[in-house]
Formats: sequence, C-alpha cells, structure tokens
Amino acid sequence: MSDGKLMPPVGPDDHVRGAADAPITLVEYGDYECPHCGRAHPIVQTVLQQLGDEVRFVFRNFPLAEAHPHAESAAEAAESVASRRGSDAFWSMHDTIFDNQDALELDDLLQYATDAGADARGVAEDVVSGAMRPRVRADFRSGVRSGVNGTPTFFVNGRRFDGEWSDPVGFASAIRQAALAHARH
Amino acid sequence: MTDMQSSSLIQPGTPAPDFELASAPDEKLRLSALRGRPIVLVFYPADWSPVCGDQIALYNELRSEFDESGAQLLGISVDGVWCHRAFRDARRIKFPLLADFEPKGAVSRRYGAYREKDGISERALVIVDADGVVRWSYLSPIGVNPGADGIIAGLEALTPEQRGRAAASGARERRP
Repeated sequence: MSDGKLMPPVGPDDHVRGAADAPITLVEYGDYECPHCGRAHPIVQTVLQQLGDEVRFVFRNFPLAEAHPHAESAAEAAESVASRRGSDAFWSMHDTIFDNQDALELDDLLQYATDAGADARGVAEDVVSGAMRPRVRADFRSGVRSGVNGTPTFFVNGRRFDGEWSDPVGFASAIRQAALAHARH
Repeated sequence: MTDMQSSSLIQPGTPAPDFELASAPDEKLRLSALRGRPIVLVFYPADWSPVCGDQIALYNELRSEFDESGAQLLGISVDGVWCHRAFRDARRIKFPLLADFEPKGAVSRRYGAYREKDGISERALVIVDADGVVRWSYLSPIGVNPGADGIIAGLEALTPEQRGRAAASGARERRP
C-alpha cells in the first residue's frame, strides 16, 4: 500500500555504521526482542562485511512492545548508551543485545551497557524515567509512515526492500540491485 | 466482478452500513453508537493466521497514534467471540475484535469485504468519519500485511468536521 519511501530520510540523528559517503544506505527497522531480527543480525553483519565501503548501515527502533515485553526497555537502554557514550558504544550495545536476546531484563541490559563503556546508573535512570522514550517513539512513528509492517523491515537507499534476506549472499546482491534502481543522489 | 472483488469494496462517499456485532461473549457493539469520531474498520481473514497476527499486533502498538487522532479501531473477522477472546488474551490486543459470525460474514459482505470462495473476510481497511460516511477504503492482497501508513494518512486527510472535532467544540451548532 505504501509507496515504501523512507520518511524521514537518514539524517544526523540516526545511528550510522560505515562510511558516510557510501553509495548504498541500508536501513533496518528492528525490535531487539524479535526473533526474526535476531536471526537477521548476523546476516546483516556478513552482508556489511561483503559490501565493505559500498554500504553504510542505519538502525531504527521498531519495538512491538505488547508482543515483546523487553523490546522497549532494550531500545531505550541502547539509546541511552548512544546519548551518553556515542556511536561506537551504541553499536557495541546493539550487537550485545542481539547476541543475548534471551536475557533482556533490566539487570542484563545494564550489564551490556557497562560492557559498552556506559555508566550503568545513568542508563538505569534513563530507562526508568523514560528519558529515551520520545526518541524510540519517533523512530517507531517514522517506521509506520514509511510502510514498516513488521520486523525486520529494510530500506535500501530510501526504498523499502521487500526481497529475501535470509541468505547473506543473495541479500548482498539484492541490495546492490536495489541500490542501482535507486541511486543515492 | 473480478477475482479480487476489488470493484465491490465500499467506496469513499458512501454511508457506512450500520451493524451490531458481538465484541465479547456478553457484549455487543453498534457502529452508529460510536458516531462523533472516526472509526477504522479492519477486516481480516482470521485470528490466528500469521500475517493477520502481525497486522493486528502492529495496530495494537499504534493505539496512542489512533487515540491522538480520536479514532477508534475495530477488528472484524468471521471468528466467533470465544476465538476472539483467546486471541486477544494471547496477543494482548487492546482494541475490540468483532465477530462477524452469524449470519456468517454478513457485515463483511455489506462492505464488499467478504471472500466468497474462502468463506472469510478480505483483508480490507475502511475509515468511517464522525458522521458515519466512508472516507477511505483499501483492499489489500490477502497475503500482504498492509501496514498502517495508509490508515494514518487517511485519518490525517479528514477535515476537522469529519474527525468530529468541530462538533465537539460546538462549531456545528453555530451554523444557521
């Protein structure tokens, strides 16, 4: 139904992994407790390695909080780490959460935040007070507007990618194809 | 009529057929009783099918957005009240799911959202304005989760009057 256009486009508030001038931008809307996103995580890692400097990766939050009771707090904890310790710490936290999807209680999240170099007490305050909720909600709303109908949903150069992602080799070449159809500039 | 029955889905500008359906084993809900705010009718094939699950789960997460626009969401399928109850409990669904169960699919049919050959509701979305007039409708391929962007855009396109806000502020009464 949607024309599948990423709204808003990738901007300075996004978490970006990879070269800023990469010709391909891959965006994932994901939920830290979603099993499909957990399955996609190592696949995305492989694809990013394969595509190297060709691609930059952006993660936006799309927690389905009613279905996944830990998804919202995990997203908020990751955002808190990002706001306190910056991009590298965020990606470290992001990877750790996906590698430990079955342990997402607050104590677990605070441990991962500590491992990522953030102050656990500060992160705990942010999660308990809901300081990061507006940020997570803004991601969620942008996903809805962009036609995200479940997780994970990927966008390649601003267009929704409806193809298969379960095989890294196929995913990488499909991303290249999609990028050709929608060049960044 | 085509296979998709797309020509028969109720179209904007049409008064929404009124109906009363069970929303729980001991509770009924009448469409016309909800006048004064936009209603989003979500026709869907079945409670437990995987795509519906995702679609209904997505809308469930969007309650705050719908609340902001004053809209009420109603799910409609041919499943019975006990099935709906089990589904709502299991998925923590917070909006009403109506049982278009007996006569089977009668309401879905009146909206052109019934899939005769399969005996289930189509995957269709209908926005009814505060005065009970259809303002937007969309028939999705049955296996595709249509997401929520169309609903959000459809609600945003409503005039204040169609949203029922003018009525709430008394603007309508001031008219000659």
